Amino acid sequence: MATEAAAPDRIVHAPLNPPWSQQGLLEVFRHRYILTLLVRREISARYQSSVLGLMWSYVNPLTQFFIYYFVMGILFGRANRVDAFAIHVFTGLIIVHFFTETMNAGTRSIVRNKSLVQKMAVPREMFPVASMLVSLFHVGPQLVILLLATTLAGWRPDPIGMVYAVLALLISMTIGTAMALLFSAANVFLRDVGNAVSILTNFVRFGVPMVYPFTLVAARFRGHTNLYLLNPMVEAVLAFQRAFWVGATSNPARTAVVDMPPNLFWLCIRALLISLAILVFAQSTFSRLERRIPERLL
Amino acid sequence: MTDKRSIVVRHVSKTFTLRYHRTIKQMSIAMLRQQELSDSFLAVDDVSFTVRQGESIGLMGLNGSGKSTLLKMINGIMRPDSGKVLTRGRTAGLIATGAGFHPQLTGRDNVYLNAAILGMSEAETRRKFDSIVEFAEIGKFLDSPVGHYSSGMFARLGFAVAIHVDADIFLSDEVLAVGDRPFKRKCLAKLQEIRESGTTIFYVSHSAGSVRSMCDRVLVLEKGRLGFDGPVDEGIRYLHYDDDAENALDAEAEMDEELGADI
Ligand SMILES: Nc1ncnc2c1ncn2[C@@H]1O[C@H](COP(=O)(O)OP(=O)(O)O)[C@@H](O)[C@H]1O
Ligand SMILES: [Mg+2]
Repeated sequence: MATEAAAPDRIVHAPLNPPWSQQGLLEVFRHRYILTLLVRREISARYQSSVLGLMWSYVNPLTQFFIYYFVMGILFGRANRVDAFAIHVFTGLIIVHFFTETMNAGTRSIVRNKSLVQKMAVPREMFPVASMLVSLFHVGPQLVILLLATTLAGWRPDPIGMVYAVLALLISMTIGTAMALLFSAANVFLRDVGNAVSILTNFVRFGVPMVYPFTLVAARFRGHTNLYLLNPMVEAVLAFQRAFWVGATSNPARTAVVDMPPNLFWLCIRALLISLAILVFAQSTFSRLERRIPERLL
Repeated sequence: MTDKRSIVVRHVSKTFTLRYHRTIKQMSIAMLRQQELSDSFLAVDDVSFTVRQGESIGLMGLNGSGKSTLLKMINGIMRPDSGKVLTRGRTAGLIATGAGFHPQLTGRDNVYLNAAILGMSEAETRRKFDSIVEFAEIGKFLDSPVGHYSSGMFARLGFAVAIHVDADIFLSDEVLAVGDRPFKRKCLAKLQEIRESGTTIFYVSHSAGSVRSMCDRVLVLEKGRLGFDGPVDEGIRYLHYDDDAENALDAEAEMDEELGADI
């Protein structure tokens, strides 16, 4: 039988601490290595799941693009009235698709990774954040296509445009992460959160100036666009169009004044602050729900 | 005097809410019919104990007595509703076999991901990689998706990663139940080695034989309450106290044959 002598002395130079991991978005970045593995896993799992693999990630946005272009551009005649309409739609689509993918994949992220969640104490914000980064990865190739098309149409890079591009990505990353956090936790407790998310997805697609120009909204509401502009995704789309669409129109200087809201820069800063506020709210809700996530994953 | 406490559990309780309804539709129907929406249930009930560094604890009890729940609180996956859990140093272990494996990824990628979740860095995993693969004996399947593995291979891979963490506390929850005899023997020998190196061990098992050879002390959970905490032989006797003596002896002899002889 075992005796005390079987257990030699090992002095562990660490304090006695509660075993659970610190939670929170900041903690995710302290676990960068796991985050990279998760993101890489997600991307390579898509590669392997079919011969066309990754291509399916692009078929969806491209199909949407052709549908919008055909219905709104040709049937509703927008293509004649909006300068470089195809590029107008495509710039909007890249941002919108990035956001909706983050939200959709993020919503499922914790439930889908339940075996990891139940294995070890890691910050559980990791999973929605990984979904956001995977969606961001898919923005890359779409951006290459956009750059080709817009350069052919006469767009040239300009420093102010690049500032807007960065702002657009920052806003959509922030609010995308916020939604992913909120819905990933909610989805653990109520499995039909996914349905609510698809409704929201539609709202986002048509609630931003993608298939119609901002000038149309300004004209309909006779300049009362305040409420419309409170949605940070509107600024994200406008900023991305300022970066990649304005330069492709026949008179960029005029387009920048006429087709964009005045003080776009400050609107973008406000949108970024609104997104950050939503992110803080999402994080605090997540933290409240997070304690009971592992036991609800059964 | 140095503080030798490795695990401190103080008045820990954990209540689960059994929820019968997971969608809004199910919930509304239940509300219309005035059914219970949820029911709560005490899975771990005011449990207290202290474990010194290097002690090897056998955690025993019937199915559903709260053993896995207690282990999940010790490694920080779940939080108690009340009471306090403290641990010293790094904890590793296997609470559910195959947990954390992604079926579409290869064995190799899964090793890296699992090791990372258990707290290993990339360099550390690379250094131990060959040894992990050797222990798991998955050989030529290393680069095929783990979805194609048998349940035994799954268990071997999971166990192989867990034992390569330089942990101060090692948790093992009935993971040896799957897997064939040679593998069980190999794992028990490895656990013994980990134990001799001074790691605190928490070993859940129904087999009196393996607990006797592995552990210095036995805890018995009964419906979430700590029913017994003391020496191994007494603990095993305690478990059978309401059987008639002959039955208990028979059952024990059987179990000893099953696993005890393996060491
Ligand atoms: N996530 C959970 N939600 C609700 N009930 C649970 C959950 N996990 C375990 N239980 C219940 O708690 C009790 C103890 O479970 P467990 O700790 O797994 O027991 P053991 O490992 O001793 O068999 C069981 O009755 C089980 O059904
Ligand atoms: Mg169990």
